[in-house]
Amino acid sequence: MAPNDPSLDVSGLAFAYPDGHQALFGVDLVIQRGERVALLGANGAGKTTLVMHLNGLLSGGVGTVHVAGLLVGKPNLREIRRRVGVVFQDPDDQLFMPTVRDDVAFGPANIGLEGDALTARVESALAMVGMLEFADRPPHHLSFGQRRRVAVATVLAMEPEILVLDEPSSNLDPASRRELADILRSLDITMLMVTHDLPYALELCPRAVILSDGVVVADGSTREILTDDALMRANRLELPYGFDPASLPA
Amino acid sequence: MPTTHHHGHDVGERLYVHVHTPVHALPAEVKTVAMVAFVFAVIATPNNQFWAFGAYAAILVALAAISRIPARTIVPRMLVEVPFVLFAILMPVLGPAPKVEVLGLSLSSAGLLAGWGILIKGTLGVVCSILLAATTPARDLLLGLERLRVPQLIVQIAGFMLRYVHVVGDEMHRMSLARQARGFQATGVRSWPVLAQSGGTLFIRSYERGERVHLAMLSRGYTGRMPELSSHVTTGRDWATGLMLPAVAAAIAICAWLASR
Repeated sequence: MAPNDPSLDVSGLAFAYPDGHQALFGVDLVIQRGERVALLGANGAGKTTLVMHLNGLLSGGVGTVHVAGLLVGKPNLREIRRRVGVVFQDPDDQLFMPTVRDDVAFGPANIGLEGDALTARVESALAMVGMLEFADRPPHHLSFGQRRRVAVATVLAMEPEILVLDEPSSNLDPASRRELADILRSLDITMLMVTHDLPYALELCPRAVILSDGVVVADGSTREILTDDALMRANRLELPYGFDPASLPA
Repeated sequence: MPTTHHHGHDVGERLYVHVHTPVHALPAEVKTVAMVAFVFAVIATPNNQFWAFGAYAAILVALAAISRIPARTIVPRMLVEVPFVLFAILMPVLGPAPKVEVLGLSLSSAGLLAGWGILIKGTLGVVCSILLAATTPARDLLLGLERLRVPQLIVQIAGFMLRYVHVVGDEMHRMSLARQARGFQATGVRSWPVLAQSGGTLFIRSYERGERVHLAMLSRGYTGRMPELSSHVTTGRDWATGLMLPAVAAAIAICAWLASR
C-alpha cells in the first residue's frame, strides 16, 4: 500500500437490498489517515448499510470501497477485515467466546497469530482499553460499559487501519461514556464513528459527515455542521436540550 | 445492567467446584474418555452381580474424596435422574411372572432385577458425570472435546450455547417482566397463547442475534473454523493416570461377567 493512500475511499457507492429497498444512492467519502470522522444521520439514512460495505459484509451494488488502497472485494476479504475493525452496537453480539481473552484472541488468531505473539497482541489490546485485569472473566460477568470496551479491544487486537464504531455511546451511563471517550481519544488510529450522540461527535471528531436518504449531504467541520440550524433541521438532527456547540471553546 | 460479579452462579460454571486436586488438574479430554469408558464398563456388568456395583460405588466415593467434592454437592445434583428412574420403579410392578411378595406387593422378579439394573447403572453414571462437571470448567470440557476430534461444528454449537444461554435467559426474563407490568398473570390454559407468542418472539430475537453474531465473526476474519486457542499438551502420563479409572472398572466388569456364567 502506498503511504499516501487515504485510510478509506468510498466512491459512487450505491446499493439496493434483495427486497428492492435501495439504501445507498451514490456515496462518496474519503477519510485520510489519522482522521476521526462522525457519520451522522437519522434512522434509515443508510449508515449501517454503508458500514457493512466497508469490510465487505455487503456487496454487489455499484461503486467501490478502498481501504488504504486495497479494493474491498472477494479476493481481498481476509486482509480487508483485518484492516477495517468494526465495533458493533451490541457488545453481546461482538463477544461470543467463553472468556474475554479468547474473544480478543479470535481476530488475531484468524489472521494467523499464535503463541507468544498472540498473547502479547491480546494483552496490549486489552491494556489500551483498561481491561487487562478482566482477561480471564466470561463476558457476561462484566458491566455493559466494560463489555463495550472489550468489544473495542477485540478489533484493536487486529491492528486495523480504520476503526469503525456503531453507536459507541449508546446505553452507556455518563461515567462509562466519558471513560470510553478518553480511551478513543487516546488511540492513534483513523476512526469513523456512527452516532446519534451529537455532543459525543463534537467531543471526539473534528470532522462530520451527514448521510441522508443514501447520499452524503454535508461534509465538514463538526462544529460548523452542528451550528447550521437549517442543515440540521433538514436532516432530522437535533441537539440535546441545553446543548450549544457555539458556546464551547473551539 | 448490573455490574455485580456473581462468580460461580452461571450455567457453565455453576457446576464447577473450584479446588486444586489431582483430578481437577487432569486434562479434560482424559477425564471425558475415562468417564465414558467407566460408564460403559458399568453398563456391561450383569445386573445380578451385586458386589460389582458395590465396588463401582466405592470407586466413585474414593474419586469424590480425592477430588474434594462433598456429598452435599453431589446428592442434590443427583435429582436430575429422578424422571428417568421413575420408569425403573414401574418395571417390577408391570414385569412378567414369576412374581414375588415384597411388603405385601406382588412384584415381578425379572422386573425387580431389571429395575434395579436401571436404577444402579443410571445412578453410577450420573454420579460419574457430576464428578466430571464438578472437576472440569465448561470451557475446558469444550477444548477437550475439540482435542478428541469431535466435529468442530458440534463443539462450536455447544460453546455458543454456553455463552448465550445467559443472554437469552435475560431476554426471557425482561419479556416476562414486561408482560407482568401490563397486568398479565399466567393462569391456566387461557394464558398459553400469550406465552406461546412470547416464545415465538424470543426465538425470532435469538435468531436475529445469531445473524448479528455471525456478522461480527465474519468481520473478524471467521472462515468456518474456530482458531485453536489452547496450547495445552496432554502427556502419556495424564492418560495413564486418567485411564486407571476405566481400567479398574473394566476388570470388575469382566470378573462379574465371568462369575455370572
